[in-house]
Amino acid sequence: MTTEVGSASEVKKESDQLGADGTKEKPKEVAENQQNQSSDLEEEKDSQSSPSAKSQSSPRRQKRQKDPSESRGISRFIPPWLKKQKSYNLVAIKDGGDKKEPTPAVVEEQVLDKEEPLPEEERQATGDAEEAAPRKQQVINVDIEEEKPSVSSPETQPAEEVRKEREEEKVKEIQEDKSEETAKRETKEVQTNELNGEKAVQKATKKTKSVECKVTLLDGTEYTCDLEKRAKGQVLFDKVCEHLNLLEKDYFGLSFQESPEQKNWLDPAKQIKRQLRNLPWLFTFNVKFYPPDPSQLTEDITRYFLCLQLRQDIASGRLPCSFVTHALLGSYTLQAELGDYDPEEHASHDLSDFQFAPSQTKELEEKVVELHKTHRGLSPAQADSQFLENAKRLSMYGVDLHHAKDSEGVDIKLGVCANGLLIYKDRLRINRFAWPKILKISYKRSNFYIKVRPAEQEQFESTIGFKLPNHRAAKRLWKVCVEHHTFYRLVSPEQPPKTKFLTLGSKFRYSGRTQAQTRQASTLIDRPVPHFERTSSKRASRILDGVAVVDQSLMKDSPGPGEVSAYGRGAVSTAIVQDGDGRRDIRSPTKVPHVHLIEGKKNSLRVEGDNIYVRHSNLMLEDLDKAQEDILRHQASISELKRNFMESTPEPRPNEWEKRRITPLSLQMQGRKGDHLFKDILSMTEKYQMASTWTVEEKKAQAADKSSHETLNVVEEKKQAEVGKDERVITEEMNGKELSPGSGPGDSRKVEPLTQKDSASLSSESSSSSESEEEETGLYRPPNLLPEEEEEEEEEEVEEEPSQASQVVEREAAVPEASPGRHAGASVSTVETVTQEHVVAPKIPTEKSVHEGAFKQDVSEDTEDEQHKVNGEVSHVDIDVLPQIICCSEPPVVKTEMVTISDASQRTEISTKEVPIVQTETKTITYESPQIDGGAAGDSGTLLTAQTITSDSVSTTTTTHITKTIKGGISETRIEKRIVITGDTDIDHDQALAQAIREAREQHPDMSVTRVVVHKETELDEGEE
Amino acid sequence: MGTPGEGLGRCSHALIRGVPQSLASGEGAGAGLPALDLAKAQREHGVLGGKLRQRLGLQLLELPPEESLPLGPLLGDTAVIQGDTALIARPWSSARRPEVDGVRQALQDLGLRIVEMGDENATLDGTDVLFTGREFFVGLSKWTNHRGAEIVADTFRDFAVSTVPVSGPCHLRSICGMGGPRTVVAGSSDAAQKAVRAMAALTDHPYASLTLPDDAAADCLFLRPGLPGAPPFLLHRGGGDLPNSQEALQKLSDVTLVPVSCSELEKAGAGLSSLCLVLSTRPHS
Repeated sequence: MTTEVGSASEVKKESDQLGADGTKEKPKEVAENQQNQSSDLEEEKDSQSSPSAKSQSSPRRQKRQKDPSESRGISRFIPPWLKKQKSYNLVAIKDGGDKKEPTPAVVEEQVLDKEEPLPEEERQATGDAEEAAPRKQQVINVDIEEEKPSVSSPETQPAEEVRKEREEEKVKEIQEDKSEETAKRETKEVQTNELNGEKAVQKATKKTKSVECKVTLLDGTEYTCDLEKRAKGQVLFDKVCEHLNLLEKDYFGLSFQESPEQKNWLDPAKQIKRQLRNLPWLFTFNVKFYPPDPSQLTEDITRYFLCLQLRQDIASGRLPCSFVTHALLGSYTLQAELGDYDPEEHASHDLSDFQFAPSQTKELEEKVVELHKTHRGLSPAQADSQFLENAKRLSMYGVDLHHAKDSEGVDIKLGVCANGLLIYKDRLRINRFAWPKILKISYKRSNFYIKVRPAEQEQFESTIGFKLPNHRAAKRLWKVCVEHHTFYRLVSPEQPPKTKFLTLGSKFRYSGRTQAQTRQASTLIDRPVPHFERTSSKRASRILDGVAVVDQSLMKDSPGPGEVSAYGRGAVSTAIVQDGDGRRDIRSPTKVPHVHLIEGKKNSLRVEGDNIYVRHSNLMLEDLDKAQEDILRHQASISELKRNFMESTPEPRPNEWEKRRITPLSLQMQGRKGDHLFKDILSMTEKYQMASTWTVEEKKAQAADKSSHETLNVVEEKKQAEVGKDERVITEEMNGKELSPGSGPGDSRKVEPLTQKDSASLSSESSSSSESEEEETGLYRPPNLLPEEEEEEEEEEVEEEPSQASQVVEREAAVPEASPGRHAGASVSTVETVTQEHVVAPKIPTEKSVHEGAFKQDVSEDTEDEQHKVNGEVSHVDIDVLPQIICCSEPPVVKTEMVTISDASQRTEISTKEVPIVQTETKTITYESPQIDGGAAGDSGTLLTAQTITSDSVSTTTTTHITKTIKGGISETRIEKRIVITGDTDIDHDQALAQAIREAREQHPDMSVTRVVVHKETELDEGEE
Repeated sequence: MGTPGEGLGRCSHALIRGVPQSLASGEGAGAGLPALDLAKAQREHGVLGGKLRQRLGLQLLELPPEESLPLGPLLGDTAVIQGDTALIARPWSSARRPEVDGVRQALQDLGLRIVEMGDENATLDGTDVLFTGREFFVGLSKWTNHRGAEIVADTFRDFAVSTVPVSGPCHLRSICGMGGPRTVVAGSSDAAQKAVRAMAALTDHPYASLTLPDDAAADCLFLRPGLPGAPPFLLHRGGGDLPNSQEALQKLSDVTLVPVSCSELEKAGAGLSSLCLVLSTRPHS
C-alpha cells in the first residue's frame, strides 16, 4: 500500500514530464518518424503488430498522449525555445543511446534538489486544465485521423510505437505496485518487446540495456543481479529480499555510498539510476529501521539479519558497547553460530576470526569464551534473541548519526532514532527532541531546521537550526527524519503531497509501511519456518570462497527476467527492462526544461522554506503521551504519590504496540483518507458554493467556460493568499534563526527571541499549533499544506469516522444521468453529448486482457491529471483505493435512476435506459467495485451537508455533488461528480471517460471510486431542456 | 545487562572512608568550610557504616582516614561505578586528587575494572553523576566539565550519557537522586527543578519524579543489596536532619526506608552519595 503511494507520486511527476512532451508531440513524432523511416523492419513489424494493437489501444494511446499535456498544461508555460530544446533532446537521445546518461543524471540532481514543484505554476495548470481539455480533444482527433490511415504507412507507425512505449512506461509506473494488474502489463510488454526486438538496431541497443547490480548482503556475501536501467529501487530491493527469503522486509533497505562519509538510502519509489547518478551500481543491504523490540519480530530469519547488522555495527564501532557487552554479545554470537561450547571443537576455532569489537583483545576473547560456556543449551534462534535483547538496550541502538554544526559552529551530531532526534556533542547527549515535540522539520540549503513545541513555561514555538556539511547532507537528514517519524510514529504513511499544490518543499515522503503496519502484516505471515544457514562471523575469511559459490547459486535461484513475472512487481519491472531504455532516455531529457522552468519560478515565487515536513495527523503516540501521563498520575494518586512526570513520552512499550496491532490499521488509515477527502471537499465546496446551482450548467459553452475560469481564479487567489501567509511565517522564522547566530549555545539554541517578536505574524501558525496541541491530533502544519490546513478543522469529525466510513466515501465520475436540463445545456451547441462514467476499480486483479489493462492505466492516469484541472484541489493520490459499491441513491444527490450492474472486476456494458433522458442512442457503461458496503447501500442515514459545485469549461461541465451523511455513528462522505462533455466533433469517448476518472481519482485520492458510469449519447437531445 | 533499571542499586559492598581530624579544622579542601563538631561527624559516619553493614547487609570496607585528605570521607566524588567498571574521577579541586589513590586501590582489589580519566583537561566529581539504571546524567557543575562528562560517556558505552547543566554551588547528586528504578527524586530549589526538567527532556525513558522540600533529602541511595529479587532499600536523610521531607519520602512505597543522619558532615559538603560508594562484585550474575 505504501509503496503504491510512493509510486503514485512518481507517476505524477513523470506524467508531468510527459505532459510537457505531449504538446510537443508533433515535433517529436516527426523526428521519430524520420528516424524510423530508415528501418524497413520496423515497418513490417508495425504492420503486423499494429493492427491488433491499434485496434484496441490506439484510441487509448491517443488519449494518453494527450492526457499528459492536459493534465499539466505546463508545457504551455514553457517558452517556445525550451520546447524546442526538448524535442531536440529527445531526438538526440534516441540516437545517442548511452550518451545521454550524463544528462539524465544532471537532471536528476536538479530534480532531487528542487523536487518541489512550483505551486503557482501548477495551480495555473490546473486552472487551465479545463481549457486544455478541448484542445486535447482536438489534438486527439487529429491524431486519430493520421493514424488510421497510417496503419499501412510506415512513418506513422513508428510514432505510434513511441507513443506506445510511453504509454507503457506510464502503465508500468502506475501499475508497478499493483500486482493484480501485473498480468496485463506483462502481456503488453511482451508485445512491445517483440516489436522492439525485431525492429531497428538502434532501438534494440537501447532497449536491451540492463545493468548489473551488486548488493553486499549482511553476511558479507554479494548478490548480483541484472536490472533494467530504469528500474526503481523497489525492484532491486524486492529481488534482494526474495533472495534472502525475507518477508519482514520493511525494516530493511538498500543503501549506496555516495562518499565514504555519506550513505544514502535507495528510495524504492524512484528510479535507481536517478538516485545513483553516476555512481556504480553497488549497494549494501542494511537494516534501515531498527525494531525497538526485536522480540516482536515474527520470524527468526528477520532477527537473524538484524543480528548480522548489529554485529556489523558493533564491529565497526557504530554501535558502541562496553567491554562486558562486547563479550556478552560475542558469546551469544558464538552460541548462535557454533552451538554449545565444546572444548575440543573450541580449540579448532580461532576466535580472532570473529570480530566481537572494533578492537579485539585477547582478554575480550577469553571473556567471550567464558560467557559462551554459560549459554549451553541455547538454540541459535534463542541465542540471537538474547543477543538482540541485550543489543537493543544500547543507547546508540538504532541511532542514525549525522554530522552537523550548531548555531555556534560547534561540531555536533544529530541522531535520528525511533523516538526522535538526539543531539550529541562528542559522545554526550546534549539535547533531545522527541517526535511529539517536533512540529516541523525542514531544510534549506545546507541548513536543517526543526520547529519544536514550546516548553512548559514558554508560549512560543522555537525553531532550531543546524548546519549540515552541504545541501545533500541536509536533505538526507531531512529524509531520514521524515522516514523515521513516519515509520515509528505514524499508523500509516503520510500521503506524499501533491505536486501541483502548494507544496513548498520536497514532496518526499516515506512510502513504505510503518512499523505498525509491518507488524500487523507480519502477524499474517504463515509459512513454515524458513530454513536458513547462519553463516559464521568469520566472514572475512570466508567471503572469498563464499562469494563465488553464493553467486552461482544465486544465479540459479534468482529468476531470470522472464521468469520473474511470477513474483509480481519485481518481475514486472524486470520484464519491462528489456524493452527499453529508450523510453527513459526519451523522457529524461524532457525533464531538463521542466526543471529549468521550475527553477525560474522558484526564484520568483519561491518562499524561503525549502523543504518542510509537517507532522501528520495520524500519529499513533500523540494521544498516548497524554494518556500515559494520566494513567501514571492515576497510579500515583492511588499510591498517594504526587509525582510530576518528567517525560510525557512513553518509551515504546509492547503493550501499546499490541493495542495498536489489535486495532485494525487499515481501517484507521482508511478513515484518514476519508477525512482528507472530506476536508478537501469541504473547502472546495465553500469556494464553489456560488456557482453551485445546476442552472449554471445550462449556460452556453462559452459562458460556462468563462464562469469556470472565474471560479478557478477565486480559488487560486485564496490559496495564494494563504500560501503567502505561511511563507512569510516561515521566512520570518528562518530569518530569526539566521539573525541570531551568536545566540546559539552549543546545546542547540532556540531562536525564541525573534520568533516571539514575530508572534503577530506567526499567529496563524502558532494558533493552529496550539490547537493541535490541545487536541493532540492536529498535527498538520498549515504552512506547506494548505488543503490540509483547511482540513484541520474537520479533524475531529474525521476521526469519528470509522474506518469503514472512509470506504463508504464514494466517488463518481461523470454521472450521465445528470439532470436532463444539464444534458440539454451541454448539448446545446454541440452535436454530440458524451457522458461517460467509469468506475475505476484500481486494483481489480481479474482484468487480464491487454486492452483492459491499458485502459485502466489510462484511466487512472487521466484521473490524476484531470483532477488537477477541475478543482485544482490538492489531494493525495491514493492508489490503494478499495473498490467499493456505491449506494445508488443518496438523499441529497440528484436522482440516481441508473441501473448499475455491480461486478467487481469485470466491466459490463449495458445499455441502460436512463429515466429522464430521452436520447436516441445511449450507451452506459457501469463499473462497480466488488465490495458491497451494506451500511452504505441501504440506509441513507442523516444528511449532514449537501453541496453542489459546478464548473464549466468550453466543452465540459463538471458538477460535483457532495453529501455528508451520518449513519449509525458513521459519517460518510459521498461525492458524485458528473461531467458532461460536449463536443462538436467526434469525441474520443474513451478519453473523455478516462479524463473523468482521472479527475475523480485525483481530486479525491483518499476516497475510493466506487462506481463509474459512462454514458454516451450520440444524439442531441434538446427536449430535455 | 538484565532488565533495564533492575541493575540500579545492585550492590554487595560498600566503601567508606574515615573522618580525619583535619576535616573539623576546616583547613582541608582549601577555604570556606565551617568548623564542625568532629565527634559528631565521626559519630554520624560510624552510624552510617553500621547501617550499611547491618541494616543493609553489605560488606563494608572502610578506608582509614588520612589527615592529609580532609575531604577523604567524601569518596563518592572520587569514582563512578557501574557494573564491573569503576571510572576513577579527576576532582576539580587539585587538592582532592590524591584522594582517588586509596579508592582506586580498594576498588581494584574488589575486582572492578578500573578506568582512568587520563585527560588533563577533564574534571569530574563523582557526585555529579546520576545513574538511573538506564542511563547516566552528568551534571555540568562548578566541578565537572564537558570533557569529564565525555569520559563518562566513553567509559560507560552501553548507556546514554546526557549532560545536565547544574546551576548553583551544588553537585547534581546533592539535589537529585533515584527513589526507585523509575523514580527520580529532586529537591524543590530552582536548581533542582531545572535539572529535573533538563533530564526529562533528555531521556528516552519515562521517569516519575518526586519533589522533596529539601534538596539534601534528594541525595538518597536506592540500594538492592544481596541477591536479585531482594527488597530494595532507600538510604535517606532522616527526620532529625530534614523533618520536612520525611512525609514526602513516605510516598515511596516500594522501598524500605532507612534513615540516617549526617547533618554535621553536611557542613563539609557531604551527602549520602558522597559518603559511600556501593558496588557489586558480581554485577552480572
